[in-house]
Amino acid sequence: MRTGIHPGHAGRAMTALTLRLQDEVFAIDAESVREILDVVPITEVPNANAFVGGLINVRGRIVPLADLRLLFGMDRPPPDVNTRIVVIEIDLDGEPTIVAVLADRVHDVSEIEAATIEQAPKIGMRWRPEYVHGIGKRGDEFIIIPEMGRIFATGDAGPSVSQKRG
Amino acid sequence: MTVMDPRDVFHQEARELLDQLEEALLDLGTSSDDRDLVDCAFRALHTIKGSGAMFGFDEVAGFVHEFETAFDRVRKGSVAVSPPLVQVALAAKDHIARLIAEPGLHAADGETILKRLRAIVSSDEDSGRSDSFPPADAQSSAAEPSRVQSPLQTWRVKFRLAENALVLGANPVLLLNELRELGPCEVSVAVDAVPPLESIDSEVCYLDWEVVVSTDRPRQAIDDVFIFIADGMELSVETLAGTVAESPRGDKAATTKAVDVDKPRDSAGAGAKGGTSVRVAAERLDELMDRVGELVIAQARLSQLAVASDDGNLKNVAEEMERLASSLRDTTMGIRMVPIGSLFGRFRRLVHDLSHDLDKEVDFVTAGEDTELDKTVIERLADPLVHLIRNSIDHGLEVPSRRIAAGKAARGQVRLSAVHTGSEVAISIVDDGAGLDADRIRAKAEEAGLIAPDAKLADHDLFQMVFHPGFSTAKEITALSGRGVGMDVVKRTIEGLRGRIDLGSRPSGGTTVTLRLPLTLAIIEGMLVRVGQGRYSIPLSAVEECVELPRDAEAGNSGRNFLNIRGHLVPFLRLRELFKTRTAIEPHQKVVIVSAGESRVGLVVDQVIGNSQTVIKSLSKLHADVENFSGATILGDGTVALILDVAHLVSFGQEFESRLRDERIGRAA
Repeated sequence: MRTGIHPGHAGRAMTALTLRLQDEVFAIDAESVREILDVVPITEVPNANAFVGGLINVRGRIVPLADLRLLFGMDRPPPDVNTRIVVIEIDLDGEPTIVAVLADRVHDVSEIEAATIEQAPKIGMRWRPEYVHGIGKRGDEFIIIPEMGRIFATGDAGPSVSQKRG
Repeated sequence: MTVMDPRDVFHQEARELLDQLEEALLDLGTSSDDRDLVDCAFRALHTIKGSGAMFGFDEVAGFVHEFETAFDRVRKGSVAVSPPLVQVALAAKDHIARLIAEPGLHAADGETILKRLRAIVSSDEDSGRSDSFPPADAQSSAAEPSRVQSPLQTWRVKFRLAENALVLGANPVLLLNELRELGPCEVSVAVDAVPPLESIDSEVCYLDWEVVVSTDRPRQAIDDVFIFIADGMELSVETLAGTVAESPRGDKAATTKAVDVDKPRDSAGAGAKGGTSVRVAAERLDELMDRVGELVIAQARLSQLAVASDDGNLKNVAEEMERLASSLRDTTMGIRMVPIGSLFGRFRRLVHDLSHDLDKEVDFVTAGEDTELDKTVIERLADPLVHLIRNSIDHGLEVPSRRIAAGKAARGQVRLSAVHTGSEVAISIVDDGAGLDADRIRAKAEEAGLIAPDAKLADHDLFQMVFHPGFSTAKEITALSGRGVGMDVVKRTIEGLRGRIDLGSRPSGGTTVTLRLPLTLAIIEGMLVRVGQGRYSIPLSAVEECVELPRDAEAGNSGRNFLNIRGHLVPFLRLRELFKTRTAIEPHQKVVIVSAGESRVGLVVDQVIGNSQTVIKSLSKLHADVENFSGATILGDGTVALILDVAHLVSFGQEFESRLRDERIGRAA
């Protein structure tokens, strides 16, 4: 797919919201984050792609709820006290769209130095490379920077899990 | 945003006036002696001229003025309305629209149109115009094109402005200057009406003017000076001795004229359909609708609280809120709803022009004009309907000679109708032409590789081929159609509105195109049902009845999925199967019978919860592939419920039924 370092990596640091999914730390560009909610009632959409199988009410607005854990092949335990919903704005086929993603736990907002961000390795990773924008490092910890645009693209992505139901 | 460019205002106003003009002209085509229509057309022209000049569209004002003077003979009754006259008047109307849209580009065309118009009005004119005409015709001499000079006449013009005229922006100096342009003037002012100093209102004009003006211009020119401030003003125009033709009429004619001046202005308002109106940007309406939607949700929560509480006062307030919210909702929705007749009106011109260009005689019949649809839906329907009507006339209807040979009336008919069916509006375009040529479509489809040669296709499926991009069976490409663009665009637009297209045809019996559109209102009454743990809303307008699922059908293993509803077989769908609900089957399941178009289907649910106001929110693109739902809504307790797409479920049910039937026949054989 991509070759070479993404041009976005060069130069400046990334301010990111870090959150935990199972054992991994993910980072989402802080500028795209609209709000962080406690778990609210989730309405299941029958026959929808399981990755975006739910709808929630965010201040009178109906927002699709995505579960990244599905894409990254993780377990999906029921929500507990630490579970949060992160509401983000993404660019969906050129239209700004509000979506929500589940997080097992939300950590903090922190800077990730551009120099520490590396392209996702082609081997040694069990996730689909196009979903990973890059891997950052903080101390000893690896931080996965997901490629949100690609993950939510309606055109060709997604169907990898469309028929599976959890 | 708040300050509008006055030119935009003029553009909008002119568009409406031109529509009004066109409508009147088309009506004149059929009832040529209706004086009211002539007057209506004339008023529209006059207003365009006036406001065109006011906003600096001099080219427009100039052309309209010339057009008006020529057309004035029609108004005076000295020239009869004829089809060529209507034709040239329509051309002039289009020219005006072009002048407004692209000033400075089309000046040359105007003269051609005016020449044609003048040729028609002067050739048609009665011979007895030269000498003493009856009083009713007296002014036709004055109303000749302004280039033709009348003999020099002296007029005494007395006027006093309406009390509020200055506040409304009238300026007597400008009026006097305009009079001076007509010819030499003697102006005197009378101060009789000026009240004592202490009771003077500085914004009221108390002066009376008397102007004696000698001009070679017609009487109309003097009236025109005052036309925009005629409301409430006193005006008398009389000729002074020395002019032969007009003297016997004297004062009387002048005073009646002054009354005439404001009468047409009143009726112009009434003619503009619906009296006073306010222009509101569409996005503000959308915003209002959103707010009302949120209010309805909040109100539902309040009602829920009130039901759970013992507080009598709270219950009262909640009830009142409910009443207010629902009437506010209805009003807001009413604002967005527009009768489809406003759209149908536009097509009359299209049909008129097409029948003229193609030498086909066409009766255009419309029905169901008062069927209401959301404004945005109506706007987006315009282009598809233009395509379909063009197709009907260009491809569908045969030329008169062939129609007669086929034993049909020489005049073809195109019928455009709209009707509510269940939760949909069906719009049909029916022609009595040759119908779709199934063989040609098949040949073309095979040629284009869309279907395999010898593939067995029902006519219905074959007709669907015409919706493929680039598909055209027209032998020749005309300016109007045959290029193969169109039907695919039509289909895309209708599907974008969540609608469907049905195509029916009988050889030499004509073609029927039916567009079925959901009433995409922002808020509907919904019936809330529960399936497993999920709650779903069914648009109440589609619900026919609810029945218990018979005990023997409950288990779901009997071979038949039919109910007997008063002798009719109704197939039913188990929503829990469709939605892959994982909870255990509950006893006492209910069946909600819904309809779409002519077919019905039963939906098996676990529980019918009740009716609720449902604010439709569309699903995001991420759920575009989910077909069973037309949207979602937020319930009183803040959770999200999905709204069932009844039309889709019904067609799904019908397919399901026919598949079952085929299987059974297969087994029997």
